[in-house]
Amino acid sequence: MFSKKQLYFKGMADVSPHMLSVIPFGIICGAIGIELGFDPYLVYGMSIIIFGGASQIVFLQLLSGGASALIAVTSVGVINSRHLLYGAVLSEYLQKLSFIKKLLISYLVVDQGFAESNKFFKKNKTEQHLHYHLIGTGSTLWVCWQISTLAGIILGSFVPAELGLKFAIPLTFIAVVVQDLKKIDHVIVMITCGISSLIFFDAPFKSYIIISPILALIIAALLLRFKK
Amino acid sequence: MSWISIIIAGILTYLTRMTMVALVRRDMLGDKLKDVLSYVPSAVFPAIIFPAVFFNDNGTFVEISDPKIFASIIAIVVGYFSRNVIATISSGLISYWIILFF
Repeated sequence: MFSKKQLYFKGMADVSPHMLSVIPFGIICGAIGIELGFDPYLVYGMSIIIFGGASQIVFLQLLSGGASALIAVTSVGVINSRHLLYGAVLSEYLQKLSFIKKLLISYLVVDQGFAESNKFFKKNKTEQHLHYHLIGTGSTLWVCWQISTLAGIILGSFVPAELGLKFAIPLTFIAVVVQDLKKIDHVIVMITCGISSLIFFDAPFKSYIIISPILALIIAALLLRFKK
Repeated sequence: MSWISIIIAGILTYLTRMTMVALVRRDMLGDKLKDVLSYVPSAVFPAIIFPAVFFNDNGTFVEISDPKIFASIIAIVVGYFSRNVIATISSGLISYWIILFF
C-alpha cells in the first residue's frame, strides 16, 4: 500500500521524462502565438483556460488564417474529443471519488498524464488512493505547460524554427506505446490508427484525430472476438 | 471576441475531460467494452505520431529519406530495448539533428 504522498510523487516521477518534449512544445506554442501577432495575454490565457497543446496551436493558426471563430472553436472541441476515451478508461479507477473531486480532477486529464497514470493503474488496481497518481502526473504537466508557454511568449521569435523541436511530440508518444509493439493485436490496432490518420488527415475540423481511434477500436473489438 | 471564443473552447475542452470521468459509472460500461477500452493508448497515440512523422508542415507526404522517418526508427528501437522514456526521446531528437545538420 502506498500513501497518498507516495502516489503523488510516483505520478510526478513517472511523467517527468516527458518534460523533454512538453517543454519544447510549450515554448513553440507560446512563440507561434506571438509570431502570428496575438496579444500575449490571450496566448497565455489559453494555457490556463484550454490547457491542450495541439488544440491551442490549431486555434491560433485558424484564427490568424482568417477562419471564423466558430470553425476555430469547433476544431478545438474535435481535437480534444479524444479525452472522452481517456475519461472512459479512467472512470473505472476514479469511480469511488465524490462528484466534486471528479469535477476537479478532470481538468488535469492530459495525454501524457493519462498514458503514465493508466500504466500505473493497470498494475496497481487494488491501491486505495490511486487518483493521487493522476494528480501527480497532471499537476506536473500543468506547471511545466504554464512555465514553458510563458517562456515561449517571452522568447518569441528567438526560438529557431530550424531546430525542428516539434519533432519531440511524436517521440514522446512513441515512448508511450513502444512496449506494446510486443503484442501483435496492439500492433494491428496501432497501424490501423496510424494509416487512417494519414488517410483522413484532411477531413474537416482535424477530425482525423478522433475518426482514426474509433476505427482502431472497432478493429480492436473484432480482434477480441477472434481471440475468444 | 477572441477571449469569448477561447472561453467557449475551454469549456468544450473541459467537458471532453469531465464527461466520462464524472458522469459514467463503472457498471454502465460492460466487460466487453472495458476490454476494448484497454486498447485506447494504442488506438489514439498513432494518430498523433503518424501525421507528425509522415507529413511536412504544409500537409504533403515527406520523402522516404526524410530525417524524421529515420530518427523515429532509431527512437522505436532504442525505446523498445531500453524501456526508458528519456532515452527514447533523446535518441530520436539527437539522431534527427545529426542528419539535419551534418
